Amino acid sequence: MASNFQLDFEQPIVELERQIEGLRKLADEREMDVDREVGPLKDKLSELRSEIYENLDPFQRVQVARHPRRPYSLDYINEAFTDFIELRGDRQFRDDPAIVAGLARLDGHTVMVIGQQKGRNTKENLKRNFGMAHPEGYRKALRLMLVAERMKIPVVTLVDTAGAYPGLGAEERGQAEAIARNLEVMARLRTPIVATIIGEGGSGGALALALADRVLMLENSIYSVITPEGCAAILWNDATKKARAAEALKITAPSLLELGVIDEIIKEPLGAAHNDPSATAVALKKSLSKHLSSLRKLKTDKLLARRAEKFLAMGKFTDG
Amino acid sequence: MAWFRKERKERPPPREKLEIPQDAWDKCSSCGTVDLTDKFERSHMVCHNCGHHGKIPAGTYIELITDPGTFTELFGDLTSVDPLGFDGYPDKLARAYNKVGKQDAILTGVGDIHGVTTCIGAMEFAFMGGSMGSVVGEKIARLARKALEDRAPLVLVSTSGGARMQEGVLSLMQLAKTSAMIAALKEEGIPFISVLTNPTTGGVSASYAMQGDVNIGEPKAVIGFAGARVIKQTIGQDLPDGFQRSEFLLEHGMLDMVVSRLEMKDTLGRLLRMMLGKEALELTG
Ligand SMILES: [Zn+2]
Repeated sequence: MASNFQLDFEQPIVELERQIEGLRKLADEREMDVDREVGPLKDKLSELRSEIYENLDPFQRVQVARHPRRPYSLDYINEAFTDFIELRGDRQFRDDPAIVAGLARLDGHTVMVIGQQKGRNTKENLKRNFGMAHPEGYRKALRLMLVAERMKIPVVTLVDTAGAYPGLGAEERGQAEAIARNLEVMARLRTPIVATIIGEGGSGGALALALADRVLMLENSIYSVITPEGCAAILWNDATKKARAAEALKITAPSLLELGVIDEIIKEPLGAAHNDPSATAVALKKSLSKHLSSLRKLKTDKLLARRAEKFLAMGKFTDG
Repeated sequence: MAWFRKERKERPPPREKLEIPQDAWDKCSSCGTVDLTDKFERSHMVCHNCGHHGKIPAGTYIELITDPGTFTELFGDLTSVDPLGFDGYPDKLARAYNKVGKQDAILTGVGDIHGVTTCIGAMEFAFMGGSMGSVVGEKIARLARKALEDRAPLVLVSTSGGARMQEGVLSLMQLAKTSAMIAALKEEGIPFISVLTNPTTGGVSASYAMQGDVNIGEPKAVIGFAGARVIKQTIGQDLPDGFQRSEFLLEHGMLDMVVSRLEMKDTLGRLLRMMLGKEALELTG
């Protein structure tokens, strides 16, 4: 696990943490009381955390969204849900571990939970393909959404992918068709769908799990039509201008709430989700429960009509 | 041999200066054959030597597949704005509207295809690479709604590099928007035929272009989700010949057929008349 990993702007936080740790060690060794010294340092640490994390620029958010210690789908499935039973395979080609899915309970209610899953280390990433699904991943998700529809179980998706995998096999087996089909079926799926962007929401590969009645975003996640690096390479022929692209593309949660693309921002604990995964899971669970219980009250036809209206209203243009 | 004879150099006869406009000639981008632009245009940019399908404007495509004089443009007043304040986008838009036309990256309307009144949209690659922004999404949604209301079939001719990144996530949402309308059409049993021309990639291939009841590709059109450059970078090797071409997609089950542009109208007409239970037409003559 990359527990020592830190982002450049986290450096002052890490230094202060080390200082506190050092004092404590010293105190233990010499049986001294350092509470009077540690107290102010701890206050300073949380001040520093909020100062840094409340002023992140868009590309720093990208870095937080991709943080190797950021909680992934399975972390939330284990913390916010109970009784998870994983269901696998698309029944056509293979099981794609870049997407995990199965039945679980949320506050006692059964849901179908489907999420993109990144790996924590090289071995896991080989298996999970860095959370970048092949068509069979999207087809597994689709199969299980249809199961949920038949069982009248709501669908909860957790989005965390740099994008659908751009490889030979993926193209051969119809990556575009797999995404297109998910969109078409999700638009008319006769059961509630709540999607949450928990880390990276990378383009069509993210949307293929996010055509939903409610689209939520964790505070430090991003949702974009193209990676900042890709955008910079195409527009300015220079991938190093990624910070400028991240700013221009409006990919942070507050920007997307303003554009009407998402419905709610789920606040992360001080120092972002990776600093307190359990508290983040609690916040996620609370928000999911709230939205699911309000969606459950809707008649299915009304649910579908509202879902369509929601996406039909998206976009900005003038008419004549 | 009168080598010694002083030959009077004959002056070449004064040539008539021909006014040949620069664009009188065109070249096939596939086999390099050079011919009169006029000849290329008369064959709808299909190379008579190798059959390569060059790009044609949206209006020309619609003329090619509709009965003469039957097409009426709809939703032509929809215009792109700059929703994100994206550096350089207003200028790019102004240039494209000026140079290419006010239809943005898609021309939409109603016309007859072999007597079948059809809602038709044709994308315009010259307009910012046929990129799908809010206007493209809205035009397709409105066209599909009209198809739903009139119970008329829908035909979309795609050519696009994908979503228009200058509109950020709003352009991504157009995949959802168009898919929602196509799904509604299908629920009502209204036929939708998707024609994929070179190139159809990214967000457009990952939404309506791949959602046809029938998907038709033009010969050798590049069709796929990821761009060749990105795939090459990812896998670190060259792509096999013919990868992501229509014929490759046909073989892998993503298209129903590959049809020459010159036979597109007849193919669409036959399909639509069959799908709608109309009697066969004599298409020859
Ligand atoms: Zn040629």
